[in-house]
Amino acid sequence: MSIDDRIASDQPKSFKFTAENEKEIKRIIAKYPKGRQASAVMPLLDLAQRQHDNWIPMAAIEAIAVRLDMAEIRVLEVATFYTMFNLKPVGKYFLQACTTTPCWLRGSDEMMRCIKDRYGIASGQTSDCGRFSLLEVECLGACVNAPILQVNDDFYEDLDYQTTGALLDSLEADAPLPVGSVVGRSGSEASGGGTTLAAVKSGKSATSTSKKRGSAHA
Amino acid sequence: MPKLTVNDIEVDVEDGSTVLHACEAAGVEIPRFCYHDRLSIAGNCRMCLVDMERAPKPIASCAMPAGDGMVIRTDTDRVKKAREGVMEFLLINHPLDCPICDQGGECDLQDQAMGYGLDGSRFSENKRAVDNKHMGPLISTVMTRCIHCTRCVRFATEVAGVPELGAIGRGETMEITTYLEKTLASELSANVIDLCPVGALTSRPYAFTARPWELNKTESIDVMDAVGSNIRVDARGAQVMRVLPRLNEDVNEEWISDKTRYAIDGLRRQRLDRPYARGRDAKLQPISWDEALQTVAGKLRKAKANRVAAIAGNQCDAESMFALKSLMARLGSPHLDCRQDGAKIGGARSGYLFNSTIAGIDDADALLIVGSNPRLEAAVLNARIRRNWLATQMPIGVIGQDADLTYATQWLGDDATVLDELLAGKHKFAAKLKKAKRPMIILGMGALRRADGAAILGRSRQLAEAYGVVTDKWNGFNILHNAAGRVAGLDMGFVPGRGGMDVAGMAAAAKSGALDVVWSLGADEIDFADFQSSFIIYQGHHGDAGAHHADIVLPGAAYTEKDGIYLNTEGRVQYANRAAFPPGEAREDWAIIRAVSGAIGKSIGMDSLAELRAALCEAVPHFAMPDQIFPAKWAKFGGRAKLAAQPVTNAIDNFYMTCAISRASETMAECRRAQQADVAGTVAAE
Repeated sequence: MSIDDRIASDQPKSFKFTAENEKEIKRIIAKYPKGRQASAVMPLLDLAQRQHDNWIPMAAIEAIAVRLDMAEIRVLEVATFYTMFNLKPVGKYFLQACTTTPCWLRGSDEMMRCIKDRYGIASGQTSDCGRFSLLEVECLGACVNAPILQVNDDFYEDLDYQTTGALLDSLEADAPLPVGSVVGRSGSEASGGGTTLAAVKSGKSATSTSKKRGSAHA
Repeated sequence: MPKLTVNDIEVDVEDGSTVLHACEAAGVEIPRFCYHDRLSIAGNCRMCLVDMERAPKPIASCAMPAGDGMVIRTDTDRVKKAREGVMEFLLINHPLDCPICDQGGECDLQDQAMGYGLDGSRFSENKRAVDNKHMGPLISTVMTRCIHCTRCVRFATEVAGVPELGAIGRGETMEITTYLEKTLASELSANVIDLCPVGALTSRPYAFTARPWELNKTESIDVMDAVGSNIRVDARGAQVMRVLPRLNEDVNEEWISDKTRYAIDGLRRQRLDRPYARGRDAKLQPISWDEALQTVAGKLRKAKANRVAAIAGNQCDAESMFALKSLMARLGSPHLDCRQDGAKIGGARSGYLFNSTIAGIDDADALLIVGSNPRLEAAVLNARIRRNWLATQMPIGVIGQDADLTYATQWLGDDATVLDELLAGKHKFAAKLKKAKRPMIILGMGALRRADGAAILGRSRQLAEAYGVVTDKWNGFNILHNAAGRVAGLDMGFVPGRGGMDVAGMAAAAKSGALDVVWSLGADEIDFADFQSSFIIYQGHHGDAGAHHADIVLPGAAYTEKDGIYLNTEGRVQYANRAAFPPGEAREDWAIIRAVSGAIGKSIGMDSLAELRAALCEAVPHFAMPDQIFPAKWAKFGGRAKLAAQPVTNAIDNFYMTCAISRASETMAECRRAQQADVAGTVAAE
């Protein structure tokens, strides 16, 4: 995969950060010691991506290189290293599906199959309608609620074939489901409801809580 | 000084050393790919794993600082297994194309696979394939062979100062590339070929021409610039196939410039392989050596001594210059000059040497560059300045053309009168020079070749004395030459004698018809139009400007075709050796001059090279001390005239074509075109 395959063939001629982002950039760079401004490369790439329809044009890479006094190739190295940076245009809904072991064990294949059935896209592709892009990614770090599908910035959890379909329905209608577990569990609480600290919820004393924990272990 | 035990051998290593150094000190060979002495430590190939006592797993010796009391073992089963494992991983994606790979026979991967690898592979899946990258006319790429050691990336970023190479992607999709596949815009770019431990980056001009074991290897000295890089010339039969760097810590370390490496294809083109004389139709006609010698002898015998002059070119060896000087002395002519660019140098040695020595650059803590672009004029030396700057951020001021020298410079203006301001302490940079403990001045030919060159030299000397550039323990006053033969010429006094004329004087005399014969010993860079009325004897190896204007051409030998002594810009005496024979009827230069002297009947003696060298060393004793620098005493030199308020320009603006050989080289022409195309592309993009 040469660089031409990694970046969009149709590149905008120029890129300029918005005034608001310029202010943010100043704030970010100020966080690092003088002369270490290159450390700000990742937040700046993120800003550029957010400003530019969720993908980073080469013009932005060059702008960031100038801004941080880095060589262009150094910025490109970072941008190509992380899957979170898109160097090609993506759909309005950028789906990042986790297929690492815990998600896979919990049925990420079903989730992927649902997306494939609907839009006929595999990892790295965009649907014909242009609104959905899929990327298979490594661990998203929410294994307890596996499998996970990240839609833009939000995690949808506990998905299976059906619920993935429902989620995609809601996205198509531009009325996304509430973020989080689609089976309705709170946080990463056990799927059958809380089994510990029940006493705290009902306002009982601390001693009985410890007693309860002891019994739970037994 | 940590003390370690390596395989039961106790070794002391210097502070800051790594375990790998300690192993080497103990005489244990550690295989490696990514580690290189002159580059930062990456630790990514994992080939150098060794066992350390109390460590739960093998450690990467290249990246582990040596600690006192460490117990290292490199002969355990675990180390053997680790090396085999790493080797197997490296070979997973490495193609098995050694028979068609130019690196074959001098490949680290090949050698280490033999030494440390297994005999087979357990990998039955498909290997990955990577697109080849465009890296300019010198570097041929087969990126599928790349093992991602990142030596090339680190070299480009750290040594060459052109951070254009990088590794994009990750894991299996990682690739080494330049930014948007631009040519690697460095004068040192081809060194990545030597650094590449596999066949991913190989030499494009040398591609598929020879195998290393077919070549005759001759240790020699480069003449493309005045650094005097130590080189190895690899020849097959009469043809020089390639030039590689040779290690010399005090001169070129282990780098050479692209011109040093690749101008050699110019040795095959436009060669003068037999004597020529200008016939009645004003065209050069081939003649025999006998006729040539008789014609030259006749002309010289007829001419009055006062109407004969000799000019030595930039790449002359000391022997031929000494022979010509002796001949001129026998003829009785004082008109000789080895400064065809008219540089106002000569006299006191400290006034034309790189006094601090090249290695001394490492100690400088402030630098003033006047009329020079070291990046183009001495690329390897420039890398040393950059290294010092990277480590110390020393202030570097430039008077002359403002250019990207691969380090931050403060441009003080292009006017020579800035020197006066500095001397008066009125300039801002003066304070920085004053503060420095070991300040350095580099004076280039761009400044010294001017009409007021002597005044610039004098002003720089005053500056040096006023700012502590010259003290008892430090001499940072440096002249950077461009011509490999210049210092030898000046040392032996190949300059106008009593009442003699310099090149400008000769030109004026020739114009007024007062000069009958001019002997150009490889001098191509003078304006021959001025010498039209004189009989021009051109002795050299290429059909360049000199031969085009000559009345008679005596074919000589190029630097790879003769034994010769060269003094680099520091005054370091270095002996070059013959790697091949001159083509056709061309002869070694000193022998031609000896033959002419015999034909005139005014023999200079010196019947063999040994005799000539003996006479030369008697006249200038330090020529007998190879690889030594005969130190120069500080003296008064330079003029006091007013400095002209005109811009100081550089002596070289086209790095790739500076001499008859490089001008004849197709590779250099291609490099120049690529460079111009890149510049044009950048301008268009902006």
